[in-house]
Amino acid sequence: MDRRSFFKSAGAAVAAGAAACPAQARDNKPMPPDAVGLLFDSTLCVGCKACVAACKQANDMPPEIHTQDALWDTPLDLSGKTLNVIKVYKHGELKAKDQEENGWAFVKKSCLHCVDASCVSACPVKAMKKDDKTGVVSHDKNACIGCRYCVAACPFGVPRFTYDLAIPQISKCQLCTHRWPDGHYAACAEVCPTGSTLFGKVSDLKAEIARRKALKPGEATTYPRGRLGGPDWSYPGVAAKYVDHVYGEKELGGTQMLMLSGVSFKKLGYPDLPETSFASQSETLQQSLYGGLVLPIAFLGGLTWVAKRNVKDDDETADGGSNGQ
Amino acid sequence: MANDLSIAHGTAHAHRPAPAGGPLVTPVTVVLAALSLAAAGVLIARLFLGLGAVSNINDGYPWGIWIVYDVLIGTAFACGGYAMAILAYVMNKGEYHPMVRPALLASMFGYTLAAVSLFFDLGRWWNFWHIFAPKYAQVNSVMFELAVCVSAYVLVMWIEFAPAFLDKLGLAAVKKKLSKVLFFMVALGVLLPTMHQSSMGSMLVVFGNQIHPLWRSGWLLPLLFLMTAVMLGFCAVIFEATLSAVGFKRRLETPIVGRVCDVLWGLVVVYMVLRFGDLIFRGALGAAFALNTQAIAFWIETVLFVIPVVMLAGKPARRQPGKLFVGAVLLMVGGMVHRINAFLVGYMTGDGWNYFPSFTELTVTIGLIAFEILAYIVIVRRFPVLPAEPAAAH
Repeated sequence: MDRRSFFKSAGAAVAAGAAACPAQARDNKPMPPDAVGLLFDSTLCVGCKACVAACKQANDMPPEIHTQDALWDTPLDLSGKTLNVIKVYKHGELKAKDQEENGWAFVKKSCLHCVDASCVSACPVKAMKKDDKTGVVSHDKNACIGCRYCVAACPFGVPRFTYDLAIPQISKCQLCTHRWPDGHYAACAEVCPTGSTLFGKVSDLKAEIARRKALKPGEATTYPRGRLGGPDWSYPGVAAKYVDHVYGEKELGGTQMLMLSGVSFKKLGYPDLPETSFASQSETLQQSLYGGLVLPIAFLGGLTWVAKRNVKDDDETADGGSNGQ
Repeated sequence: MANDLSIAHGTAHAHRPAPAGGPLVTPVTVVLAALSLAAAGVLIARLFLGLGAVSNINDGYPWGIWIVYDVLIGTAFACGGYAMAILAYVMNKGEYHPMVRPALLASMFGYTLAAVSLFFDLGRWWNFWHIFAPKYAQVNSVMFELAVCVSAYVLVMWIEFAPAFLDKLGLAAVKKKLSKVLFFMVALGVLLPTMHQSSMGSMLVVFGNQIHPLWRSGWLLPLLFLMTAVMLGFCAVIFEATLSAVGFKRRLETPIVGRVCDVLWGLVVVYMVLRFGDLIFRGALGAAFALNTQAIAFWIETVLFVIPVVMLAGKPARRQPGKLFVGAVLLMVGGMVHRINAFLVGYMTGDGWNYFPSFTELTVTIGLIAFEILAYIVIVRRFPVLPAEPAAAH
């Protein structure tokens, strides 16, 4: 066996493998049929943080104290103890809300429930799962090994980890699925006094977005609250001026939390992202290399053949094989 | 070919491995043992107090040096066994056989301790077995592939290395049986690192544009990481051979080490062409001329690859033990910086996040390295690993 014949045989094996297993490029995953999600309209948010408190209560999460007098729950960001938080964008003299120059705006941070989620693709043990029908990205701490690949992979910094506990876990918004059987839904939407956060089917949320975008800024209109398709809690309001970008419509193949805003999303801390999901890129690569284990088995076959010849030769001539390798 | 083989086997015969002998308790081993114990202390504390109590990892940098150094870099340094197996068995260069066993020993410890580090880094370590349970297997996850292949490789290396122990323990019958399937272990021992070392690059793909453009090489990532792993494997072999020669007062086999370096040098050149070709092709090279941490880190990495390439150009240079050693060390540091850059410096998860390892985190990493060296010394002195030499100081 010389090098040339090895490469010949290995090459043939690889070629056979490649022919049997064409690279299974995978596109972005499609939106699940009964996808539910949230619509966050930054122009309606008044920053009351009722959603933050309701989320804590609904999910039985501890408070986070960041003030000296320790009077109330004051989370500064998502964390192992906080699944939903309202942040503020500020610029210059703060003359008007929803204005990028010398203005301010509120933004909600919580899981976007990506259609093709990086965290789901990253998780080695199926602890992070996406529901086939509703598309809710949920986490099962009993399956989780705590490797934190999901924390590292999420482009929105959503899954968080309780580093301070001896028995830690991943925390993330699961759209209050545990409250659905009682007729409840995402607590953040349920308590939102202005309808800035709305719960509903993604198709309904998209229709509502289209309606709002079609309005002339300043025009009289009504805004629903709570849940689209639920009891009518709507109230009269004035149409807002939006930037021409619905965040979550296209980002990474779409998300189930969609957002409208008066200031650019980059200013609100949401990154510019391509339409092709990172999960699909990673999985295409993995499937091209390991699909059906064809390439590894072919490679192993070639290596075994080569090793059998070379290792045996060595044993025979090394005096009783004391070299043994 | 026949002629080739006989020369090769003649060499193998002359270099039958034998225990190096010598004392086990020396100032060096005592210090190494103390460092190992300190690491063990921190790891025990970690189990009761949580990861946050002993490390500085956070939600912006969920992986610290226990992953980036101990696992990603430690296993690359531990690719000596893999790299030498490719030379000795796949390329069938018999002359390298005497170097396989010591390389394999270092690899075995490097990988085993990487697995230990990975285990302690798991937040929910008691669930670690989920990786091997089909019920939980998520085959599209790069982490899944990595964890399974690393674990399997650790097992394979212990089996591959078993003949050295069996020699000593007088279990000749077991050894004979084992030697019949050893070729398959050798094949697995080449397949598995090929898979998981390339996956360390693939791991970055799902991070998308959280990775700085200078390290966001897409489909090329698995190849680049595989190449650096093989390179670092050869470097580690040169490094260990030199240190063993000095430490155990043995003759350095300069010609054979030099030939390893010939292969290494070519590999580094091809790697650099691919690395820069990719940066130019993606239009990312411009980012190297920005004034920021990432650009500076990139140039440090690049210089650490370029200096050895220049220094070791030309065969005569590669036959000088001093140059070989310095070149190998520089490349090892370069490879280390590359992985730190890709996973920490170039990992940009948003403003406001910082990470620098804590004292206790460093204690574990240093302690694991110390334990690795300690175990290597003990085993080499007592078990047949290094090639015997007539003038060896016993």
